[in-house]
Amino acid sequence: MATEAAHDAAAGAAGHAAAPATGMPQLDFSTWGNQIFWLLVTLGVIYFVLSRVALPRIGAVLAERSGTITNDLAAAEELKLKAVAAEKAYNEALAKARSEAQAIIAETRAAINAQLAEATAKADAEISAKAAESEARIAEIRAGALQSVAEMARDTTDALVSALGGRADGAGVEAAVAARMKG
Amino acid sequence: MAAEAESGIQIHPMDQFIVRPFFGGTEVHWYTITNVTVWMALAICCVVALMVLGTRRRAIVPSRTQSVAELAYGFVYKMVEDVTGHDGVKYFPYIMTLFMFILFSNFLGLIPKSFTTTSHMAVTVVLAMAVFITVTAIGFMKHGKHFLELFWVSSAPLALRPVLAVIEVISYLVRPVSHSIRLVGNVMAGHAVIKVFAGFAAVALISPLSVVAITAMYAMEVLVAFIQAYVFTILTCVYLRDALHPHH
Repeated sequence: MATEAAHDAAAGAAGHAAAPATGMPQLDFSTWGNQIFWLLVTLGVIYFVLSRVALPRIGAVLAERSGTITNDLAAAEELKLKAVAAEKAYNEALAKARSEAQAIIAETRAAINAQLAEATAKADAEISAKAAESEARIAEIRAGALQSVAEMARDTTDALVSALGGRADGAGVEAAVAARMKG
Repeated sequence: MAAEAESGIQIHPMDQFIVRPFFGGTEVHWYTITNVTVWMALAICCVVALMVLGTRRRAIVPSRTQSVAELAYGFVYKMVEDVTGHDGVKYFPYIMTLFMFILFSNFLGLIPKSFTTTSHMAVTVVLAMAVFITVTAIGFMKHGKHFLELFWVSSAPLALRPVLAVIEVISYLVRPVSHSIRLVGNVMAGHAVIKVFAGFAAVALISPLSVVAITAMYAMEVLVAFIQAYVFTILTCVYLRDALHPHH
C-alpha cells in the first residue's frame, strides 16, 4: 500500500471524472494496493471456476467425444465387414441360382431334343413306310398297265388278224406280241 | 496540456487509465470498489459465461459457444503440452487462468469507454512476478541445486562458462520485467494512440483521417489483444519448461 501523501494526491487527481490525469496513472502507486487486491481476487475466482468446473467438464466432453468417435469408427468398420459378408453371400446365392438355372435349361433342352428326335424318327419311319407302300402300288399299277398293254395288243392283233380274214392263232399272236413287247 | 485548451483540441490520452472509485468518492483504499474491480468482475463474468455456461449442456456435438470454449481449452492445453512436455500438463489450470484473464481483460478493454485492467503495471507486474516466483520455486523444488545448471551452459567452452553464467542470470532476472512491460506497454500504447487520434477528430478538417486512423488502430488492437495474451501465456510455458527441464 502506498503512503498517505501519495494517496491523497492521487485521490485529488482521480476524484472527479473531468480531472485530467497528471502523468501516468500506471505510476500512481497509491492505487496499486487496490488493483493488486482485486487482481488476486479475480485470479482466485477464475482459477476456482476453471479448475473446479470448466476444465474438468470440457476435458470430459472432449474425452467422451473422442471415445464416441472411436466407437463409431469401430462400429462402422464392423458394419462394413458385415456388408462385405452379406454381399459375398448374395453373390454366392446368385451364382448358385444361376448355375441351377443353367442346369435346368440344359436338362429341358436335352428333354426337348430327345422328344424332337423321337418325333422326327417316327415321322421319318412313317414317311418311308408310306413311300414304300406308294412305290409298291406304283409298281403294281405299272405291272398292271404292262399287262393291260399286252392284252390290248393281243386283242387288237386278234381283231386285226380276223379283220384281214385270217384266223387268229392264239398261241402265235401271243408269241408275236410278247416278242414285240420285249423289243 | 496547456496548448490544448487554446486550440479547442482536448487530448487526454492517459485519462482512460485513471483508477477511481466506482460508486463516487475520492479515496481509493485497497478494498474500494473501483473501475478496476468492475472490469475485472466483468472479465470473470465473461470467463464463466464462456467456459461454464457455454459448456453446460456437455454436448457431444457442441454448440457455437461450447466450440469456442473447447477451442480455447485445446489451444492452451496443446500449447502447454507442446512447450513444457508431459509433466507440465498439471500446471495447465494455472496457465489457463492467466490466459483467460489476460484475453478477456484485453478484449473488454477494447469496448469504448471501458477500463483496461491489463494496461496497468500493478496488474501485469503481479502476473509476471507470480509466474517468476512460481517457476523459480518449482525449479528449486524439482531439481534442488541442480536447477542452477540452467545458468551453467555445459555445451560452451569451459572458459566462457562463467561469463555466460552471468549473462544467463541477468537474463533470467530480467524476465519478469520484460514479461510484464511487454503486455502493459502494448495495451497502454495502443489505447493511448487511439485516444490521441480521437482528440484530433474534433478538428473538422482532419477528422476523416482521424476516424480512418482510429479504425485501423482498433483493428490492430484487436490483433494485439489476442497476441499479447498468447505471448504472455507461451512465455509462461517457456519459463515453466526451463524450471522443469533446466538442462539444455
